[in-house]
Amino acid sequence: MTGAPLLEAGGVGKRFGGFVALESIDITVAAGERLGLIGPNGSGKSTLVNCLSGTLHHDSGSIVFDGRPIDGVPAYQRTRLGIARSFQLPKPFRSLSLIDNLRIPLLYTVNARHGAHLAGPAIQERCRGLLADVGLADKAYHLPRDLTQVEMRKLELARAVASAPRLLFADEAMAGLSPSEVEEILAVLFRLNDAGITIVLIEHIMRAVMSFSTRLVVLVAGQKIADGSPQEAIRNPEVERAYLGE
Amino acid sequence: MGAARFWIVSFVVSLAFLVLTRWGISNEYYFFAAYQVLQFIVLATAWNILGGYTGYTNFGTGAFFAVGAYTAVVLHKTTALPIPVMMLAGGVISGIVGFGMGYLTLRLKGVFFAIATLALAIVAQTLIVNWDYVGGSRGIYVIRPQYAPISGSYIQYLYSLMLALTWISVAIARTIERSTLGLGFNAIRDDEQAAEAAGVPTLRLKLISTTLSGALMGMSGAPLPYYVTYLDPASSFNLSYAVNSVAMPLIGGMTSWIGPVIGAVLLGTIQQLATVTISSALNLLIVGVLLIVFVVIAPNGIVGLVQSRRRARRR
Ligand SMILES: Nc1ncnc2c1ncn2[C@@H]1O[C@H](COP(=O)(O)OP(=O)(O)OP(=O)(O)O)[C@@H](O)[C@H]1O
Ligand SMILES: [Mg+2]
Repeated sequence: MTGAPLLEAGGVGKRFGGFVALESIDITVAAGERLGLIGPNGSGKSTLVNCLSGTLHHDSGSIVFDGRPIDGVPAYQRTRLGIARSFQLPKPFRSLSLIDNLRIPLLYTVNARHGAHLAGPAIQERCRGLLADVGLADKAYHLPRDLTQVEMRKLELARAVASAPRLLFADEAMAGLSPSEVEEILAVLFRLNDAGITIVLIEHIMRAVMSFSTRLVVLVAGQKIADGSPQEAIRNPEVERAYLGE
Repeated sequence: MGAARFWIVSFVVSLAFLVLTRWGISNEYYFFAAYQVLQFIVLATAWNILGGYTGYTNFGTGAFFAVGAYTAVVLHKTTALPIPVMMLAGGVISGIVGFGMGYLTLRLKGVFFAIATLALAIVAQTLIVNWDYVGGSRGIYVIRPQYAPISGSYIQYLYSLMLALTWISVAIARTIERSTLGLGFNAIRDDEQAAEAAGVPTLRLKLISTTLSGALMGMSGAPLPYYVTYLDPASSFNLSYAVNSVAMPLIGGMTSWIGPVIGAVLLGTIQQLATVTISSALNLLIVGVLLIVFVVIAPNGIVGLVQSRRRARRR
């Protein structure tokens, strides 16, 4: 661990009707960490992100962010506190240009925080910088419908980053990307981490996860079955059987 | 154009329009007809704040409008307030109804929200029908004061008030459209979960939208008792207000303030012409047919049509 826990969740449970999607998950994320969250399809990774970021309400357990319980805190306030997430299925604002897509988190999150107030030109500049970071600079005034699936993922990531988070959940930001594009996004994530943003990476591309993560958490069928250094975690026989073996 | 500039320019345009019409037109009928068209501009603009900008379809326009009208009836019977004050009061009461509707339907979306607004309209109408003080189902006669407080006929006075409200409504819509608030509304319309994740307080913004939209509708209803002089639930809650306030932004274009204005002028004028030349019974049919035509050939309305033409030419 590289510091005090930034996020500490204990016994987080979530069911959909009779189906248990998460069963009492304990997870901590240290400040500055690069955590990989892996598991087979349907194991509950996205559901965990939804519960931690407030998109869904967890049924049981408690979540503490930066020393403060956030169990009943609505999603928009968690974003303002510094928890950002990208959606696995991109959810762009379809009627708005790319630049306006990014302007929203800047106006509603960054400018809603104490002390920070960016004026129009500063916001414009920040949006352009964020688009350039993910290689979308020349599409600033396009609508999301002009983007490819891959570009849509990049926009999704840029919008999450635009809220200037302290903790970022990147939910399969790299699915479908070519190897060189994966490298690009990894470089972006490393850069963000260097700048002090704690990152939880959810990813199926093992090469990317292994090179990025300083720690791995493995979910299988709504349960955490491993939590430790990446090398240890993937050598865990349970993990091999449930996840890597298939 | 900045927001302040727009307020000033639109004020000057409205004032010039007022002076020109009051000075150049003597036939009372034209003011009578223009009042209705203006009323539709306000209703369409108000509807569009919730329906177009925020993406929540409201079929309860008639209720907000009638609540404004009946607020004026109550004030007419109890006080001797000038109509502009009654319009403010109607706006406050309808705004409260809008807030209540938003609060009760906070977690409803799409079709379910639309059905809830229909239900609201029915509940409100039932309450009025059973309220004898304001005439119940029989309706109520409202005697106009003998003279308008400004020079000219009473209808010209009402027309001037509605023109002022039109200016205010359109300027509010235009201001919102270019503001942080408007961008938040758009985010809600496009994707509520993504909006929350981007820091947009969706529940609060939705309440602002229902309140504001309802208040403007109520303000436009307040002069109605003096315009018709006989008010009853069947006509004030008429379905045609709901249908028109949906159809006008749809036909004009829902993404910008000018869309509802174009739609209301077009549909409002056509209906006035039809009423004079054929019969008002045809009005809803005309609106329905135009609605179908536009949904098929120009789903983004006239404004959308013009925009895509322009974009195509630039390429
Ligand atoms: N809103 C929902 N309603 C009902 N069931 C759901 C809902 N969201 C997720 N589930 C179910 O919960 C389980 C966990 O889903 P989740 O999306 O969290 O998995 P995941 O680990 O992110 O999978 P993937 O790798 O495919 O993204 C799945 O069986 C899924 O069908
Ligand atoms: Mg997932």
